[in-house]
Amino acid sequence: MAGSDPTVNGTPAPDTVKILIAGGFGVGKTTMVGSVSEIVPLRTEEPLTAAGLGIDDLDGIEEKKATTVALDFGRITLSQELVLYLFGTPGQQRFWFMWNDLAIGALGAVVLIDVRRPESSFAAIDFFERRDIPFVVGVNGFHGEHPYGPDEIRESLALPEHTPVLLCDARSRESCRDVLIALIDRLMAAAAQDGGNAHTA
Amino acid sequence: MPGSSARPASEVNGSDAAGRLVRPFTLIGGRTRPSRADFTLLTLVTAVEPQPDGGKRPQPEHARILRLCARPVVVAELAAHLDLPVSVVVIMLCDLLEAGRITAQAPRQISRTTDMGLLQKVRDGLGRL
Ligand SMILES: Nc1nc2c(ncn2[C@@H]2O[C@H](COP(=O)(O)OP(=O)(O)OP(=O)(O)O)[C@@H](O)[C@H]2O)c(=O)[nH]1
Ligand SMILES: [Mg+2]
Repeated sequence: MAGSDPTVNGTPAPDTVKILIAGGFGVGKTTMVGSVSEIVPLRTEEPLTAAGLGIDDLDGIEEKKATTVALDFGRITLSQELVLYLFGTPGQQRFWFMWNDLAIGALGAVVLIDVRRPESSFAAIDFFERRDIPFVVGVNGFHGEHPYGPDEIRESLALPEHTPVLLCDARSRESCRDVLIALIDRLMAAAAQDGGNAHTA
Repeated sequence: MPGSSARPASEVNGSDAAGRLVRPFTLIGGRTRPSRADFTLLTLVTAVEPQPDGGKRPQPEHARILRLCARPVVVAELAAHLDLPVSVVVIMLCDLLEAGRITAQAPRQISRTTDMGLLQKVRDGLGRL
């Protein structure tokens, strides 16, 4: 089997896992990706066909055939054989057609919420719930303020009891790391419930 | 743009966006056809070492890609470094692949796993952050 492993110049390619960082417009997704990524926050852009644009958004640029949309991209090398890629999904609703592509193959997602306007992330929560993609909610306390506890927020968002809600600071590496770990714990709990996996890799 | 926004105007409707639209189009010789090859955001790209003899000299943007992927790098990261749309980078990667200058490799992507061993590895790696 080892011989059939794909290799690049003799080095086996690392396994890759992918996590999405989602949430409404301006909730701190780019900030979070930058906080934990080992490469400076990178943005990659996709041309956007008119089909993906809401008419309202095109005020003044109606004649434009396309525009660009930014996608945050981060990398965490977990070990020599394992790399985690983070994709910050575009926040503006008109770019959401991209989410489907991004969601394919993701381990799960972090939905970030701006504590001052949680409703801006409702649609993101909906997106992952509908597709049965595991997620945790990170409550970004702008200015480090957290007026509500996790349970209050879970209730106000009508989230199932098992959905982890974490108070966090998108600017802090440790805080964002803990949110990601909470997602993995959530996945492990679900796997254990499924009877787990007898063999460990 | 309606209302106020923290987003720089150039990102949405400025000359920057317009400029970008023209430049990549020139780079790929007017082709807009999507690539045949199955490049995804996480496809691993590596420059062939040594580069094949003969053939045309790579164009400057192609040469830049070759420098960036001297070590294996994924498409999304290449696009970010080049500051070009992924779709444009993929078309250039197709050219380079055809010319035998790069290798492309599907990601060994693990998704929606219940493999405890793997999840534990991810968790341990995050713990070291
Ligand atoms: N004070 C404070 N500012 C923050 C925090 N998180 C993000 N910001 C700022 O809020 C603004 C928006 O954050 P971004 O990370 O760009 O948000 P985003 O979700 O990527 O936004 P879009 O991609 O446009 O949807 C930026 O100016 C950040 O610097 C925080 O925890 N506290
Ligand atoms: Mg952003």
